[in-house]
Amino acid sequence: MSEPIITIKDVNSIYRDSFGHKIYALRNVNIELYDGEFISFIGPSGCGKTTLLRLIAGLDKPQSGTLSIQGNVIGKPDHERGYIFQQPTLFPWKTVEDNVAIGLKARGVYKENKNKIGEYINMIGLNGFEKAYPHEISGGMAQRVAIIRALINEPKILLLDEPLAALDAFKRIEMQSLLIKIWKTMKTTMAFVTHDVDEAIALSQRIVIMTSRPGKIRKIIDVKLGGRRDRNNDEFIALRKIILEELQLASILPEPEYSI
Amino acid sequence: MKKKTKKDIPYFDNNIHWKPQSKIWFLSAVLAFVAALAFDYFMPFKQTVNPAPYRIFLLIMIVSLAVLYAVSSKFITLRRKLLHNAQFIFVAALALALWDFLTAKSGIFPLPFFPGPLQITDVMVKDYKMLLISALFSTRLFFVGLIVGSVSGILTGILIGWFRQWDYWLSPVIKVSGVIPAVAWIPIAIAVFPNSFSSGVFLIFIASWFMVSFMTAGGISATPKSYFEVARTLGASEKYLLFHIAVPNAVPNIFMGILTATSLCFATLVVSEMIGAKAGLGWYINWAKGWSVYSKVYAAIIIMAVSFSIILAVIGVVKNYLLRWQKGILK
Ligand SMILES: Nc1ncnc2c1ncn2[C@@H]1O[C@H](COP(=O)(O)OP(=O)(O)O)[C@@H](O)[C@H]1O
Ligand SMILES: [Mg+2]
Repeated sequence: MSEPIITIKDVNSIYRDSFGHKIYALRNVNIELYDGEFISFIGPSGCGKTTLLRLIAGLDKPQSGTLSIQGNVIGKPDHERGYIFQQPTLFPWKTVEDNVAIGLKARGVYKENKNKIGEYINMIGLNGFEKAYPHEISGGMAQRVAIIRALINEPKILLLDEPLAALDAFKRIEMQSLLIKIWKTMKTTMAFVTHDVDEAIALSQRIVIMTSRPGKIRKIIDVKLGGRRDRNNDEFIALRKIILEELQLASILPEPEYSI
Repeated sequence: MKKKTKKDIPYFDNNIHWKPQSKIWFLSAVLAFVAALAFDYFMPFKQTVNPAPYRIFLLIMIVSLAVLYAVSSKFITLRRKLLHNAQFIFVAALALALWDFLTAKSGIFPLPFFPGPLQITDVMVKDYKMLLISALFSTRLFFVGLIVGSVSGILTGILIGWFRQWDYWLSPVIKVSGVIPAVAWIPIAIAVFPNSFSSGVFLIFIASWFMVSFMTAGGISATPKSYFEVARTLGASEKYLLFHIAVPNAVPNIFMGILTATSLCFATLVVSEMIGAKAGLGWYINWAKGWSVYSKVYAAIIIMAVSFSIILAVIGVVKNYLLRWQKGILK
């Protein structure tokens, strides 16, 4: 395995419910993400997947523990850590190309990188839509724009929080191959949250299974399928079975844990 | 996106031009103006008045309708608009003839309070210089006041919407002073400012500043949190968040504020001109009333309606340009 890019050590993230009880969105989480890997996070809703990604992005701070990127403690959000939300969240007053250009303009490197905008728009097959406004394109197109909007900053890691959940089955498969293409050509580390076991197996090198209340890492599974990602392949089916069993255990045997 | 070619057949929204697209109605409209002209020409007068300007006005209407119709063979949307409005034009012509009958022709409506279209067009022609100067004066006062008020409103709105300290100290002041109608300040404005123009600007500034700052602040603070989070993960600084995310997000609100302020400003403008000024349409109306020349009052009111409509249209054009990204979202 290559170098760790993100190191997460003893991280606790706590929210309070309306009674003031502590909810451990994440409890004692330890994991390293390796440079250039495609790693998926899967688990019942509320197990802290979003919380974990937001901590890595720097959008939130943990109550305790440390997160670091290549040895440096993660502080404020930074273009090095791209974040794709479930909703594309394009800015409605900006055209497609202006949305893509935000990172370059915000960082003051627009002039020297202007030509990249067209290249990235080409990559997602949206040429001709440069001057379209977000409401004039479909949800799938908008999500692709959101992805290249983050990619144009050449982030070290791309954090994807269920980016395909709002898309229909056909669009999902299209987008999955786009993500694989991006990962292979740009060698960006991909941290991908999904609800879909098959999607996780089809895309990832490692799958992190999480449980809720408190949010914990239950198991990390290596996917040693290489290029054999056919869904009817025996190994694929076996892996799916293992993950589903883990997930079922995870939801049948919740470990309620409150402290006041 | 599709590129538009000349051959593209335009799409017609029948909800906009829903009246019958009938040439008969348009022809009737033109003929109604001819009839109004003939009526005025052949029916004897009860009041003494110079009928020439009114007749020329009717002629101009007839000619422009004909020209517009001819030109519209090239512009299909214009043609549709003309045909859509044909019934209205028809009735408007008849209404003019009726008004003519009730005033100059029969005297059923007595002078000086109810002048007819002949007296009013006559006054407009005779006094056109004064009316034009008054209209320009009012327009200038309006725009200077509105621009000063809107710019300060946008600035204070940004400060209030973005910085807690400004919100804490300024919001209560704006909320309390905002409920005072601007015209309440007239006595003070007249006393404090050196001339009627600057006191007018001050009053219009007051009338627009509150509304615009209030709406701007609302738009800024209503920016979705997710917008800021996206921008921050893309490398945006605080300055970028304010000027490239929060402010553009507030633009629709800002325009709602400006448009609301505009009608407040019209009222303030006219009242302030009537009370303190030596120029402008408000002053003209008051002055004409002093001499009991009500035809001039009506003439000024008509000019006012036209000027204010043009002002609203200009603001609308600016708004549609800046909010062109909303086209198709809202309806
Ligand atoms: N802003 C918040 N306030 C209170 N509780 C929160 C907040 N965000 C998340 N939580 C709680 O933290 C837990 C983990 O949430 P989240 O990370 O969104 O889970 P996931 O993305 O896996 O569905 C959940 O129990 C959720 O209710
Ligand atoms: Mg989530």
